Amino acid sequence: MSTEKKRNKKKNRTIMRSVILLLLVAAIGYTIYNSVTADEVEVLRVGDAAPDFTLTDLDGETHKLSDYKGQGVFLNFWGTWCEPCIKEMPAMASQYDVYEDQGVQILAVNIAQSNFEVETFARQYGLDFPIVIDRDKSVMTAYNIRPLPTTMLVNPQGEIQRIVTGEMTEQDIAGFMEEIKPE
Amino acid sequence: MDKLICKCGHENPPGTVLCESCGRPLNEQEQNKKLADMRYEGTARRSQTYNKSIIDKIWNFFSSVKVGVGIIIVLLIAAALGTILPQKQYVPATTDAAIEAYYTDIYGSVGTVYHALGFHDLYNSFWFIGLVGMLAISLIIASLDRFVPLYKSLKNQRVLRHSSFMRKQRILAEGPGDADTLKKAEEKLTDLKYKVSTDKNGLLAEKGRFSRWGPYVNHIGLIIFLFGVMLRMMPGFYVDETLWIREGETRAIPDAPGYVLESKGFTLETYTGEGEEEKFGEAIDRVGTVAKNYQTDVVLYKIPEGALPGDTADMEMVEEHAIRVNQPFKFDGYALYQMDFQQDELKTMSFALQNKETGESRGDLTIDLVNPETNYELEDGSVVELLGYYPDFSGFENGEPQTATPLPKNPGFLVKMTTPDTPDGETSFITIQNTVEPLGDNDYKLAFQGVETRDASGLTVRKDRTLPILGLGGLIFMIGVAQGMYFNHRRFWIQQQADGSILLAGHTNKNWFGLKKDLDQVTDHASLPAYRDQQEDMEAQEKREGEQLT
Repeated sequence: MSTEKKRNKKKNRTIMRSVILLLLVAAIGYTIYNSVTADEVEVLRVGDAAPDFTLTDLDGETHKLSDYKGQGVFLNFWGTWCEPCIKEMPAMASQYDVYEDQGVQILAVNIAQSNFEVETFARQYGLDFPIVIDRDKSVMTAYNIRPLPTTMLVNPQGEIQRIVTGEMTEQDIAGFMEEIKPE
Repeated sequence: MDKLICKCGHENPPGTVLCESCGRPLNEQEQNKKLADMRYEGTARRSQTYNKSIIDKIWNFFSSVKVGVGIIIVLLIAAALGTILPQKQYVPATTDAAIEAYYTDIYGSVGTVYHALGFHDLYNSFWFIGLVGMLAISLIIASLDRFVPLYKSLKNQRVLRHSSFMRKQRILAEGPGDADTLKKAEEKLTDLKYKVSTDKNGLLAEKGRFSRWGPYVNHIGLIIFLFGVMLRMMPGFYVDETLWIREGETRAIPDAPGYVLESKGFTLETYTGEGEEEKFGEAIDRVGTVAKNYQTDVVLYKIPEGALPGDTADMEMVEEHAIRVNQPFKFDGYALYQMDFQQDELKTMSFALQNKETGESRGDLTIDLVNPETNYELEDGSVVELLGYYPDFSGFENGEPQTATPLPKNPGFLVKMTTPDTPDGETSFITIQNTVEPLGDNDYKLAFQGVETRDASGLTVRKDRTLPILGLGGLIFMIGVAQGMYFNHRRFWIQQQADGSILLAGHTNKNWFGLKKDLDQVTDHASLPAYRDQQEDMEAQEKREGEQLT
């Protein structure tokens, strides 16, 4: 066998072996990535398009997420039994006053509670942003919400900018709203 | 490394043990052996051949069977350690932080380490998946490295082999032969379904070569199986969720986009011990109640194509179904199983508005604990107004009543009662067995009358698109096992020398008894010289030597 042929064979072998190893390592890497990130939010990740939905608020008005394209949407999932949810509500209300005119919308999604409970709560805390009720938990399921509160920050392009689980301070809320404010 | 050039002139790749062409042993070690090592036909395992670049080194590492077995042992030990403390799904905690705290609280520092290393969720820990992946790499590379040279070698094998090769085979016969010996042997071997090829003064008879591929087919099955398991981690392939649904509730089915389920009711039937069931009477007397049926009656709805989550106005009913234990409700690749239940959760509470002194009632009211109303109008213009509702009252914080969960487990009501006697209204905070009158003594009270309850069903939502892949992997695995176990690769080489004497060698990868039975028939028919089993001879000799020593 000539040396050139030999060299070619060696090159092919290295390429072949590299490709096989690369494919296998990529498959394993992807599996590990999936399993590690699955713990937090199974379906949605930062950068994904926020799933569209329509829900009705306390005044009977329908809110469709895609109607707010071009605005930032502060999507907060909550319930009256969840202490941190209650604590962050007044802060959300006061930041809403600041950022509403700058194109940031709050949608507070209550998880399948009765009109009475949600209305009483809204009145008690003087909340003036739209509160919608997810009666059959379909939006909660679509967003795969586990712990409450969870806040999805949707940017003006309709993509998820940030996922926040747990209580936020008023400072946090202001910072997040700044992030999703349209230019 | 250089090519090995055999005496017959054939160029063999470095690492070859037996010449690919004539079968002569190529190194001293092999030459000194009494029997040839026929594994992989004496070919060079490819990884041993080249060991230069980093890629080659990685390749060689995974090509080693020792490494493969090592990975399996490490996996076994890890899986065993994973059973020492409970896995996270069996721990009474839901959030990540609570789970971590649980291991530390209950098992101390051992628990902390256990959790930190990912043993609490072993099958999802990155290093365990990494190890399984390495096992897959090892399976693929080790198989490729052995299968390719073996396949080439068997495909290109020659009829005529060097006498040194034949004399190193376990089955050997030498002796005089007739002019038609080869012809007769060919006849009989063809009769016995051997594939016979001839060349000059020799023949090669072969049967069941495909049995040599058994281990590789087997490994392909395993790889497909592992691929199926890997797919389970991808979204959309595997769903295993729990859905709690209460009678009368409508709920989106988790991980089944577009599907909504309504519960019509849960039933728990027990054996009565009467009528046809009388024969169970004794058993029922002994153990108390015996469950006969757990059943949830459901209605499945589908949101029309293009409709959004939350848009339930145009839902279409798909099917009504009764879900029983072991009789899941199957639809569109999903299955709903009856797994759990909770009986007698509060649904409504009834009260009578009573004058505390006279006991006179102004009428009854029923509060729907799932969807309470604000005003309840009674007789003579009396009204009970609901000011606050706390389904699972857990105490006061800053004077505000709190609820621990959204479920009506311990309902608390803040009410304002207005009657013709008390036109300004009286405020009362009512919980089960306790009434607080925060604004002074009242004339009226809400006297508890009764409750209605409802049951909750715990359903499991399952979907497994990987089952066909796992099944296919398992099937191929079994085919490989059968192929390697129940079939044998048998070969005979026969040569007639110039002086008419016969040299015969036989080899099989397993079942030497079967090979000898075939050879007995050929020997009979073609009057071949008697054969001997060189390995048995060697063993017998060793035994004799051993006996002499003792």
